[in-house]
Amino acid sequence: MRKAVEIGGIAFCLISVLFALLSLFLILFFIFINGIKVISPSFLFDFPRKAMTEGGIFPAIVGTFLLSLGAVFFSLPLGVMTAVYLTEYATSRRIVKLIRIGINNLAGTPSVVFGLFGLAVFVKLLGFGVSVLSGSLTLGILILPVIIRASEEAIKSVPRELREASLALGATRWQTVKNVVLPSALPGILTGAILGVGRAAGETAPILFTAATFYTAHLPRSLFDEVMALPYHIYALMTEGTFPEKQVPIAFGTAVVLLLLVLGINSFAIWLRYRRRRAW
Amino acid sequence: MKRESIIEILLCTVSLFSLVSLMGIVLSIFGEAIPFFREVPFLDFITGKRWYPTSEPPCFGLLPLLAGSIVVTIGAMLVSLPIGLGTALYLSEFAKPGVREILKPFVELLAGIPSVIYGFFGMVILAPLVQKIFRVPVGLNAFTASLLLGVMTLPTIASIAEDALNSVPVTLREASLALGATKWETATRIVLPAAKSGILTSIVLGAGRAAGETMTVLMVAGGAAVIPRSIFQPVRPITATIAAEMGEVAMGSVHYHALFALAAVLFLSTLCFNILAERIKGREG
Repeated sequence: MRKAVEIGGIAFCLISVLFALLSLFLILFFIFINGIKVISPSFLFDFPRKAMTEGGIFPAIVGTFLLSLGAVFFSLPLGVMTAVYLTEYATSRRIVKLIRIGINNLAGTPSVVFGLFGLAVFVKLLGFGVSVLSGSLTLGILILPVIIRASEEAIKSVPRELREASLALGATRWQTVKNVVLPSALPGILTGAILGVGRAAGETAPILFTAATFYTAHLPRSLFDEVMALPYHIYALMTEGTFPEKQVPIAFGTAVVLLLLVLGINSFAIWLRYRRRRAW
Repeated sequence: MKRESIIEILLCTVSLFSLVSLMGIVLSIFGEAIPFFREVPFLDFITGKRWYPTSEPPCFGLLPLLAGSIVVTIGAMLVSLPIGLGTALYLSEFAKPGVREILKPFVELLAGIPSVIYGFFGMVILAPLVQKIFRVPVGLNAFTASLLLGVMTLPTIASIAEDALNSVPVTLREASLALGATKWETATRIVLPAAKSGILTSIVLGAGRAAGETMTVLMVAGGAAVIPRSIFQPVRPITATIAAEMGEVAMGSVHYHALFALAAVLFLSTLCFNILAERIKGREG
């Protein structure tokens, strides 16, 4: 009896792992085999034509790059400074607790709520309109917790001896942070920034009302232009337009591009992190 | 003032930005929701059984949307809880170290697949399949959405639960095995209870993620704002309602403010999930 429970239990766990891996593999597999045949140089570098039923997705690729780089540009300095304060400076438990409440609840807030926040504050209140700027700022706040956590982890993993040596040589706290801690933590902070790009590139709900548009005839000319974006493009192709039989293949192709982009970015970040962990 | 203290004050101020953003979210969402409650009594909103925002007169009842959210969240947990925990147990207790080293980053990688991809897969491949296998009128329904959300939340649950199991001291396992317990008995009666708070955290965070997920349910749940009688009926969760209708409303209309009221409900419920997770974590430390 004990033997049977033992075997059954472990078998259940093994089946769970297999189910998890298989279902995710199947999703990726189906998207790739349907999408890969759509992809060609002209698909990647052309503008959409004939009401999105032909042509490429170049503006959406550019838009996603702009939005996610914009988000990181905005949130990296804020995130790193927060992480430095939390790990190197903060002495008051109450302030740390307040900051943690902010970070943890931002991380748990649904992405569509960020979208409404961006709409109310950046689009309407500050008057940025539906634009690259509004979208980047919204995504920037969304990925702030990712950046802060990665930077904190990186800064914490810098050995204490390095700090002590620097302080013992007469350097001030800020000199130690600037010249010793941050340079050693840089690879880890970059990992966080890359994870942030990956996260921002895949988000749809926050840009629905703040940045994205179904179709533009030109690339954005300024930060105040609206843009196409890969995740929104998939959604729009599936729910708008009048020729679903022509739009679905384009959606498959767009999904492959988005997956390659996001999985590529994330595996680079994860690889960096594991390599670094082994180094210390 | 000394340069060092200026820098410290500057860093502290910047660090409060995440809290300020959170308060900005609260203020903007609740601020835009207030005009709605001037038009529609609060009680009518939270007890209303109908959501017809564009009919004349419009009905703004929360219940069908809330029911949709609850159904898909519970459905998702029924899928991801057993499988996520099974995966976590396997990775931390039964897998060889080499296997674990490969699978763990893989699980992290899968957590990063964008939700619109799941929604797309659900629309094109899973929904027609569900329709055929279960012989139901529409494939885009609560069942399909639950299944996808379940798979989506799997990496979250598996990864956090695995961390919790992994941090249980090896000595506990060795003591149990030395007393003659089998590996399975050790895993379920010693390690699992010892990692209880971490496991609970993973469940709460997973459920929070499922409840707040937008694109998947927007594309796959079917979009009917009715209280479902069966798991195979289409539903319209809160998140999907906001995303679907915000694009079409006139700025400043009652409907516009109603969507912010929905966002406020959503924010408050995920806040509860977060606080619950914090509490569980806090009890442990």
